[in-house]
Amino acid sequence: MQEILQYVVSGLTIGAIYAVIAVGFSMLFNSTELINFAQGEFVMLGAMGLVTLWGVFHIPLVLALLLTVAGVSVIGFLFERLAIRTVRNPHPIVLIIITVGASIFFRGLSMLIWGKDAYSLPPFTDTPPLDVFGAKLLSQSIWILCISLVLVAGLYFFYKKTLTGKAMQACAINKKAACLTGIPAERMVLLAFILSAAMGAVAGVIISPITMCSYDMGTMLGLKGFCAAMLGGLGSLWGSLIGGFLLGVLESLGVGLFTSGVKDAIAFIILLLILYFRPGGIISAKSVRRF
Amino acid sequence: MTRLKWAPFTAIVLSVSMLWAGMDITQARAEDTYKIGGIFSVTGRASFLGDPEKRSMEMVVDQINDRGGIDGKKVEAVIYDTEADPTKAVMAVGKLINRDKVIAIVGPSTTPTTLAVIGHAERAGVPLISCAAGNKITSPVKPWVFKTAQSDIHAVAAIYNHMKSKGIKKVGLLTVSNAFGESGKQQLESQAGSFGIKILRSESFGAKDTDMTAQLTKIRSEGAEAIVCWGTNPGPAVVAKNLKQLAMSIPLYQSHGVASPKFIELAGEAAEGILLPTGKILVHGLLDESDPQKAVLEQYVKNYEKIYKIPVSGFGGYAYDGMNILARAMQGTGGDRGKIRKNIETMKNFVGVSGVFNFSENEHNGLATDAFVMVKIENGKWSLIEQ
Repeated sequence: MQEILQYVVSGLTIGAIYAVIAVGFSMLFNSTELINFAQGEFVMLGAMGLVTLWGVFHIPLVLALLLTVAGVSVIGFLFERLAIRTVRNPHPIVLIIITVGASIFFRGLSMLIWGKDAYSLPPFTDTPPLDVFGAKLLSQSIWILCISLVLVAGLYFFYKKTLTGKAMQACAINKKAACLTGIPAERMVLLAFILSAAMGAVAGVIISPITMCSYDMGTMLGLKGFCAAMLGGLGSLWGSLIGGFLLGVLESLGVGLFTSGVKDAIAFIILLLILYFRPGGIISAKSVRRF
Repeated sequence: MTRLKWAPFTAIVLSVSMLWAGMDITQARAEDTYKIGGIFSVTGRASFLGDPEKRSMEMVVDQINDRGGIDGKKVEAVIYDTEADPTKAVMAVGKLINRDKVIAIVGPSTTPTTLAVIGHAERAGVPLISCAAGNKITSPVKPWVFKTAQSDIHAVAAIYNHMKSKGIKKVGLLTVSNAFGESGKQQLESQAGSFGIKILRSESFGAKDTDMTAQLTKIRSEGAEAIVCWGTNPGPAVVAKNLKQLAMSIPLYQSHGVASPKFIELAGEAAEGILLPTGKILVHGLLDESDPQKAVLEQYVKNYEKIYKIPVSGFGGYAYDGMNILARAMQGTGGDRGKIRKNIETMKNFVGVSGVFNFSENEHNGLATDAFVMVKIENGKWSLIEQ
């Protein structure tokens, strides 16, 4: 019993990371109908940014966190302006291939900047693990869980309650109609890229103390986040959140109850099943509903 | 549902895009030289092996040429990067054999790349001195293939010897799911019986996994007295951290795959008390004066650090030994590959960085268990455990 609880706790920690990445996918998809395969690379940039600012330059943690997220947001801004906006034929498939190219570019660039070695960081707060009925919950896990929940709640509020959020949504539903009503569609797309890059960066900075950071960490995390987003229903924030946690817990239980060899297979088998049986995700019944 | 119609397609695009273009590192060519091929994973995930190996090989070649070459002929190194990709390794060997017409090859750096190129070296009759650790490379013996890195067999024997002396009988295994981990696991399982050790559970982890607490929890529930983790950075450092987080106090043994200062840096405080087998290079300063390797090690470290201005790595020595063995075997052969092969096979008591080599017809690695020492990490430093 104690083991099962430990698997669930471990799964929730890694699941929260998948969830934040998945939310990044979903929120960009929500506003632009795009799947950004460079999302994993934003996670990596976030982690490496914190390694540099906090680990190397010893800037106070909170400031380093904010600077990192802001820095990656700027990269998201430049990415949209230079690579997405300038495309002459903005067909979705063209843009998606551009994001794949961008992910390779970011990975290569990071390898040149930070080298091929891995880096590690200490946890945000140095407290011993919490004992939950015999299962160990790390202080960093609590940070990860809290930050990810707050983020998603904040985004939900942004989409539901603010005019800008609603305008972003309108652009995704029908760009032309949104333009006609006076919504600056291009600015909304730009904002969506900045926000999703920031989400990726947040996932990167909160995960960096519990794992090892290297230039190639983004690919797998990005794919897992994509699986989680598909699982919960691409475009749905709460769906992505639940999808992320579910994927994390399933992986962890799969390792614990079956064998560790199937860990990564679980995520991708789920992805295939979802694409085949319920392309709208497990949360929505018939069609994809965003909110 | 229209918005999802691109999803399967993008997945394909994504996987295709992961195939990268190759990169060549060729050096200037000159007439009338002995050309020696080098294939190392200079970039990519095994660059921690390939990069120091390339540097070490170039260093030896320069040293040989400064001394006037072999039998008066200069040596020229032609080095290609495999990026730890077996396909690129095969292409590189093809180029070395057919286009560059090298006399012999040093490398590749990893077991999967070596296994991929063995057939080509054998067919062409080119001596190949691999820098990889995998036992399968020289067992069974292939006439043209040698290796300088210590085998898993010896590392496992060193670990089990230490466990035996501490009275540990029940262990859990945690191996990385790639060729290095599989090879280690095979050795750990096959040798356990002869040391009276029982393996309670054998788990694995992915090379880029971020959390191994589930596997460790499973091993803990079986009541293991020690854990053996077999992998290369950064996975084992995550294992070390997770073990501390779960407040498990049983000893953790790591493989020689993490025997570098980088591991201590990554694992931080969690590295304390970890035991692992390593080649002597890591602890060359702590070795007894009577150790036959001491002088060779100190000279290698001194030269390497003088030329490259960076701390020596524990892995470059494989290429250093490989190139030095080759240079000695080439003397008086006039570049005849068959004679070189024969000379390597009959070489005895060659004192190298990785150990004392004694090759024979049935032994193409030439090292014994004494090539390894057990070390413990104490206060962020290596300390030698007296056997």
